[in-house]
Amino acid sequence: MGRYLFKRLLNMIPLLILATLLSFALMQMAPGGPENILLSAEDARIDPSRAAVLRERWGLDDPIPVQYVRWLGNVIRGDFGNSYFYRRPVSEVIGAALPATIQLQAAAIILTYLIALPLGVLSAVRRRSRIDRAVTGLAFAAQAAPSFWVAILLIWGVARNADGLIPTHGIATPGVDLETCGLLAVLADRARHMLLPVTVLVFGNLTSLTRYMRSSMLEALREDYIRTARAKGLPEKVVVYRHALRNALLPVVALSGGVLASLVGGSVITETIFAWPGIGRVSHDAAVQRDYTVSMAILLISGVLTLIGFLLVDLAYVWVDPRIRYD
Amino acid sequence: MAAPESTSPLRQVARRFVRNPAAVAGLMVLLCLGLVALFAPQLAREPLDAIHVDQRLRPPGPGHPFGTDNLGRDVLSRLIWGARTSLSVGLVAMSVAVGIGTVVGAVAGFYAGTWVDLLFMRIAEAITIIPVYFLVVTVVAVVRPSLLNVMLVIGLTSWPGPAQIVRAQFLSLRQRAFAEASRAVGVGDARLIFRHILPNASGPIIVSATLGIGNAILVESSLSFLGLGAQYPQTSWGQMLSQGRQFLLQAPWVSLVPGLAIFLVVICFNCVGEGLREALDPKMDE
Repeated sequence: MGRYLFKRLLNMIPLLILATLLSFALMQMAPGGPENILLSAEDARIDPSRAAVLRERWGLDDPIPVQYVRWLGNVIRGDFGNSYFYRRPVSEVIGAALPATIQLQAAAIILTYLIALPLGVLSAVRRRSRIDRAVTGLAFAAQAAPSFWVAILLIWGVARNADGLIPTHGIATPGVDLETCGLLAVLADRARHMLLPVTVLVFGNLTSLTRYMRSSMLEALREDYIRTARAKGLPEKVVVYRHALRNALLPVVALSGGVLASLVGGSVITETIFAWPGIGRVSHDAAVQRDYTVSMAILLISGVLTLIGFLLVDLAYVWVDPRIRYD
Repeated sequence: MAAPESTSPLRQVARRFVRNPAAVAGLMVLLCLGLVALFAPQLAREPLDAIHVDQRLRPPGPGHPFGTDNLGRDVLSRLIWGARTSLSVGLVAMSVAVGIGTVVGAVAGFYAGTWVDLLFMRIAEAITIIPVYFLVVTVVAVVRPSLLNVMLVIGLTSWPGPAQIVRAQFLSLRQRAFAEASRAVGVGDARLIFRHILPNASGPIIVSATLGIGNAILVESSLSFLGLGAQYPQTSWGQMLSQGRQFLLQAPWVSLVPGLAIFLVVICFNCVGEGLREALDPKMDE
């Protein structure tokens, strides 16, 4: 395991370097270049002495490779510069938005798995039945439905029928806090606000996971050990849920990294529509406001977080399946 | 149940494809839509921006089968103009992605294990680790939002998928007897890759291209919805949907109809893609 971890971490280094290069290249491509971006974010255009300090900190007078190293050094220390739009350090802007996204994504991920895995198993076990057709059909439709359209449909339906019971934007009702309303009311309020965005995220990610689960389960059910288990007279339930399911779950675990990445990516649209104050919305606002330092930081951080997610998934995979060895 | 008179592989593929009703229906719808997009100037009842302030938010009815929007523009006409946007973005973005993906995947797969392969596949991975919407939203904003940029950005960020598919094909194809034989008679690497091996990998490439168009249309409409795609006076289904949002309760058709159009087109591309996949690889059960 230690050896595996070491090799796996080593493998991440080129990817990390490429991700930082991508982010750095973006700043070079932007109109006005890094000079314009970094200086205008801190009012240094007005105060020349401030400009000199910033030039020194970001090495703006150095050749580009040296600038990259300087920038990388700052980034590793958590210094992404200032946000042009928010007039605050980028790290603060992102730090403030991260909890909201984690709250939303955690709920969406758990629900996606809770719904997709049983659906996939059910549809594989009852292959070619009406249930199977319904599940595969739903998965097929969910894959093609644009998430913003699903969101708009939900908002439309809710606004017409639910009479304000289900909020269509924001993360909490202003005024509902722990002191005045108590824990229960706050939790209920939060849950109501999460209802629609979580539904959209889950719906959008149901397809791939359900499909993986179904085909993995079908494959497991064709294995020799399943025939053996049936031949020795084990009840069908034990055969399916003990013998097949355990083995079928392994490949699904391995693919979770991709599911995570697509869920997080989906937050850009979902958070923007439902005015959810998370990373996705900050990313959209930064793009629209040309707040490049924030955009670059989000690009880099989301890449690094996805990489860590992939790593954790791989480690979990090695842990549950001792047959897997690196290479 | 192979019919004796049709031995050509291409004909067999066509035969299997035709037996799949969903795929055939999808193809029919897409062909019709292609014609509609092509003849949009003749078919659309009104030009792209015929504003009629006196006909704002009319519900669907005679004259306006899908109603009008907040500026009194005929939703059906705009839908027809928008079909041009969706299809052209889908086709161009897919061509860029599959073009790059094929070359990169072919070279990486042919020289598997060498530094070229390592470099190409690391770059592909680096692109895939960044959640796709973060990437396209940011890059499109930096290079300025426009339909052309949207096409290019979608193409340039979605080639890793096709590249990995082509690479996997090459890994097994390059060891087959025909490739060994060509090499033995002295065929050069470039010719071997693109003339001998690549045609054998065309099946999976066609499938991923078909599915890629649907996906590119989804991404484009999302970007246009966020205001980062089609800019006035261009139109796009995603943009129409986002403009209708403010009038959702008074005039739901302005938002719901273009969304339905995106949904149906993407479903059609997926049906055709899946149909091709099954027709090209009959052994594959799932």
